[in-house]
Amino acid sequence: MFAYIIRRIAYAIPILIGVNILTFYLFFVVNSPDDMARLHLGMKHVTPEAIEKWKASHGYDKPLLLNKQAEGVEQLTDTIFFEKSVRLFAFDFGYSDDGRDISYDISQRMLPSLAIAIPALIIGLMVNITFAMLMAFFRGTYVDVSGVILCVVLMSISGMFYIIGGQYLLAKVFRLMPISGFAAGIDTIKFIILPVLIGVVSGIGSGSRWYRTFFLEEAGKDYIRTARAKGLSESLVLFRHILRNALIPIVTGVVVILPLLFMGSLLTESFFSIPGLGSYTIDAINKQDFAVVRAMVFLGTVLYIVGLILVDITYTIVDPRVRLS
Amino acid sequence: MQASHTQQNPDIRISLAAICCIFLLLAGCDGQPWNRPYPADDAGRNIYYASFSERPNHLDPAQSYSSNEVTFTGQIYEPPLQYHYLKRPYQLIPLTATTVPVAHYLDADGQPLPDDAENKLIAFSYYDIQIQTGIHYQPHPAFARDEQGDLLYAALGEAELEDIHTLGDFSVTGTRELVAADYVYQIKRLAHPKLHSPIFGLMSDYIVGLGEYADTLEAAYEKEADGREGGVYLDLAHYPLAGAEVLDRYRYRVTIEGKYPQLLYWLAMPFFAPVAPEVDAFYSQPGMQERNITLDWYPVGTGPYMLTVNNPNRQMVMERNPNFHGEHYPDAGEPGDREAGLLDDAGKPMPFIERIVFSLEKEDIPYWNKFLQGYYDSSGISSDSFDQAVNIGAGGEVNLTEGMQSQGIRLNTAVATSIYYTGFNMQDPVVGGDSERARKLRLAISIAIDFEEYISIFLNGRGIAAQGMIPPGIFGHAEGEAGINPYVYDITGSGQQRKSIEEARRLLAEAGYPEGRDIRSGKPLVLYFDTASTGPDAKARLDWLAKQFDKLNLQLVIRGTDYNRFQDKMLKGTAQIFQWGWNADYPDPENFLFLLYGPNSKVGLNGENAANYSNPEFDRLFDEVKNMENSPDRARLIGEMMDIARYDAPWVWGFFPKQFSLHHGWYKNSKPNLMANNGIKYKRILPEQRAALQAQWNRPVLWPLYAIAALLLLVVLPAMLAYRRQQRQPAVRESH
Repeated sequence: MFAYIIRRIAYAIPILIGVNILTFYLFFVVNSPDDMARLHLGMKHVTPEAIEKWKASHGYDKPLLLNKQAEGVEQLTDTIFFEKSVRLFAFDFGYSDDGRDISYDISQRMLPSLAIAIPALIIGLMVNITFAMLMAFFRGTYVDVSGVILCVVLMSISGMFYIIGGQYLLAKVFRLMPISGFAAGIDTIKFIILPVLIGVVSGIGSGSRWYRTFFLEEAGKDYIRTARAKGLSESLVLFRHILRNALIPIVTGVVVILPLLFMGSLLTESFFSIPGLGSYTIDAINKQDFAVVRAMVFLGTVLYIVGLILVDITYTIVDPRVRLS
Repeated sequence: MQASHTQQNPDIRISLAAICCIFLLLAGCDGQPWNRPYPADDAGRNIYYASFSERPNHLDPAQSYSSNEVTFTGQIYEPPLQYHYLKRPYQLIPLTATTVPVAHYLDADGQPLPDDAENKLIAFSYYDIQIQTGIHYQPHPAFARDEQGDLLYAALGEAELEDIHTLGDFSVTGTRELVAADYVYQIKRLAHPKLHSPIFGLMSDYIVGLGEYADTLEAAYEKEADGREGGVYLDLAHYPLAGAEVLDRYRYRVTIEGKYPQLLYWLAMPFFAPVAPEVDAFYSQPGMQERNITLDWYPVGTGPYMLTVNNPNRQMVMERNPNFHGEHYPDAGEPGDREAGLLDDAGKPMPFIERIVFSLEKEDIPYWNKFLQGYYDSSGISSDSFDQAVNIGAGGEVNLTEGMQSQGIRLNTAVATSIYYTGFNMQDPVVGGDSERARKLRLAISIAIDFEEYISIFLNGRGIAAQGMIPPGIFGHAEGEAGINPYVYDITGSGQQRKSIEEARRLLAEAGYPEGRDIRSGKPLVLYFDTASTGPDAKARLDWLAKQFDKLNLQLVIRGTDYNRFQDKMLKGTAQIFQWGWNADYPDPENFLFLLYGPNSKVGLNGENAANYSNPEFDRLFDEVKNMENSPDRARLIGEMMDIARYDAPWVWGFFPKQFSLHHGWYKNSKPNLMANNGIKYKRILPEQRAALQAQWNRPVLWPLYAIAALLLLVVLPAMLAYRRQQRQPAVRESH
């Protein structure tokens, strides 16, 4: 398995380079270094000299991908792309275009993102599994049919509606919790209840329906019929056999998104003023801060690759039949 | 069966009690409303609660320029001058200076000239600025000294910085008196090669030697850095600047090329606030930037407030500066201020508020709801909430809705010192140039675009259709008949009336486009509108604009693009018709008139004249007007300039936006001042009244919790019953 993981990590390097090139290309198709300079210099009274100086000072005065003026390998290395990208592979994110240490900012913003994402994931899993089991247990009855209809209804509602409706009902009309904001320490709980609740409720529809299919699939297998035939109670069948086996796809589905929890949620963070990494990326795009954009895309790619590797490893743990080779 | 029920009920009760306890523990046990977004200890304290939607990029006074930045730097830094808070038109008064300085003129040989010398004789002007004594900086570790009197944190190594993560980790702070050299130091910083001050380009045209000074500093910086990327301190005291000199401990001189009376307005901005060299040296030490401890993050000033928490991802907090030199609330204003209660605090020491908490609020909906709950003291009005807040009467009068009035909310309105206009690229072969044909086409379009309708539909009436480029409240804005654009409006007994569309069609026909067709080719005239507004919100506006052109049978092609490409088009002069806006830096007509000054064209000269308009007579008058003091002569010349511009019609004059702001009844001394950025020191809060009303408005509604619990019971109980029934059913063999 160790060799397999090493091989997967080696495969990741060309993927990271590719993503980095793509990010670089897409960013500079939309924003030229001159545009970036103009934005950072305040848009008013900006002279061409000031633009040139800003570019030189921030390393944007070189060719983008190929330096035809240079010779040999410097044609590739004496470029904005190389100089801005090579450090990323050592996880040295450098400074944002307004002079902030990006690694420090990421470390500061990671916790608020996780403060929302982890409880929402755990509670959501518990609720979805419970609801899905309930529907599977009562399959074919009014409970199952009502549950499926409810799930479809919940799935059909836009995420934005959950947020605005939740804020309106729970925070404005019922005044049970703050509409938005964030605080450190124990006060955090007061602020995360609403976004977590909304995260959980908005995920019930898709999550429960998905898990229900896993449970029903397992429930129709021969070993379940055997278990029932030998006289096990329905609850024992459900919890001891169906749940354990249906958890394999559920766990692997969860593991793949675990690393991405660090990246935060744009919409939730924006509406609840959560100072997480989702809003960090969007702020950087709006401010044309390439240093932050490329760092966040790089980090997102790394985390996604890590997630995929973790899934493979998890498979071997939860299903002994699987061997990595 | 009975036994199992008796077991369930206590469980449910326990669960319910637990849920309630959690809510009570988390929010309610402190006696404060559950939805209160601030710590319970702060209830009833003299704190002003405000919000910001975008984190400030810069807090260094050499760099901060945009409004979301000066909101903070304006309270911390003290330039020599400020605007009178109450008087209108806007009036400069001393802040740290003892008086508003006056210009002294010199000829090319450096010989003094009289005050009324002709502009062409004036080679240099200088201003001697005397600052008050006894002003001290806020407490800061850069000023901390040891027993020998040496600076404590002037030579920090990695070992000393090991446990330092924020500025608060420095245990000792100090202060020192403000001196004139600090102002000179900051003027020199405008040319610092690493700061990229946004006004360096403009100021290097005026402050003597500033342009060359930047080259000197750049060379010195390279030498000092010797290849290092950071941690380099350039002691600017070693590099003299001809245009900024220290005369003595409390006096300094600013010398400029020619005559530039508008410099006084710049002296009221944070760009010209003092920076202590030891502060700059402190932040420039190796290892500081890696810890994000920079002047750009932790500003240091002499103003009424100091930034104590800078977490722009969540909250920024300013507290009263214990070393503030003191200032008194003005004892005079304009007529009506006394009746409005704006002079109730006359002569009282400022600031009134102890602490200011700015919370990040990116979305309008939560921001607005929190204002209504009393958690923000003041608010703007977004379009979404306009109808909830304001009623516009049949006569155009603006009133608060009953809901707002019942909460004791007050409304402030003011015409912004800004203009939004639709411009014609005067270099375009169809709409540009000084031919009669193009002029009449522009005038016809100017009549057809009904900005009164635009203001009514898209701005909820929050604007005034512009008759020229100078907004109300700025010298040169003419009221009454003299202020009406006679080429677009007819003067009526009750004011002005936009000319009829028939008149526009007549002009169009005279221009060679009868019924919107080119008389030479017979083809419909197609015009192009370039814009950076492309989202769904913009679509309605763009559709409306196309409809205005359609009144003349003109086809308008919308060329939407992103802002960067739009800027490129404007710089290259490839746009035909566009919309643009301008927000004044200072309340002088020069700051608007230069938007049509030929040598200030966008194409080729990178100026702010986006229409690339050039009229020799207009330019000549501008050269004369820009250096004049406000006087009847200046007003007359501005009137002449307006006549020229209205006749040539390089812009469809657009509108001056009106700012509507709301504030709660406990928020006192609120008067819109669109020029002053240090306004918080004048504000006063009644914290007890606020706390009482917040508690009254935010009592939690608990029945939904019980309803949810009941609903859960309704769902769970039948399911459990069904489960039990199923468990007890005998097995049945299915027969086929």
